Amino acid sequence: MLHTVNKSPFEKNSLETCLRLAEDNSSILLIEDGVYGALQNTSFESSIINAQKTIKLYVLGPDLKARGLDKSSLISNIDIIDYKEFVKLTVENDKVQNWL
Amino acid sequence: MNFGILVNEGPYQHQASDSAYLFAKAAIEEGHTIFRVFFYHDGVNNGTRLATPPQDDRHIPNRWSELAKENNIDLVLCVAAAQRRGMVDPDEMKRNNKDADNIAEKFRISGLGQLIEAGIQADRMITFGD
Repeated sequence: MLHTVNKSPFEKNSLETCLRLAEDNSSILLIEDGVYGALQNTSFESSIINAQKTIKLYVLGPDLKARGLDKSSLISNIDIIDYKEFVKLTVENDKVQNWL
Repeated sequence: MNFGILVNEGPYQHQASDSAYLFAKAAIEEGHTIFRVFFYHDGVNNGTRLATPPQDDRHIPNRWSELAKENNIDLVLCVAAAQRRGMVDPDEMKRNNKDADNIAEKFRISGLGQLIEAGIQADRMITFGD
């Protein structure tokens, strides 16, 4: 299952809820302000790193770039993808849950 | 693969409509089809043909119309949300005795059943909103 999160974890608790409810082997894609959840040295870093044991994390590159961020500010092992790869993720996963 | 897309936010207010458009465009470029884009809540404002954004800015309603024209996509505005926000097609104009309509090319107004149908018919249903 693919989850998308579009809110900063500092604005809303949707990422936290998503991390709690997402099952093992699912994927989480951070889009729009959700990309802030992938940053290093925040209060969410440990829960992200913990989730990475069982869940694959992605960020949408164009949204990252639009916010003046790049790979150097991200927690490691988070893949930066484009819209085509976003589409590919929705195809590979039989269900998509968009957390708003 | 056949996609259904739900857009819950208006243009220029939230990134949702831009994200939905870029997703739809990428899906088409990858050889997929878009069964329907359903515009709900403030999302119905994406369907106005009276918008005149600055020339150096993207024209969000026209962009949807053009994508729909080129790829035969069904663009549906929720009727209840449209009525509340003054989004009117020629039928609604007559039905509610309005003096004008303002719906953009390739958009149409219909009911929530169209969203449910998209959920059933499409292989994947993706939501963009706030």
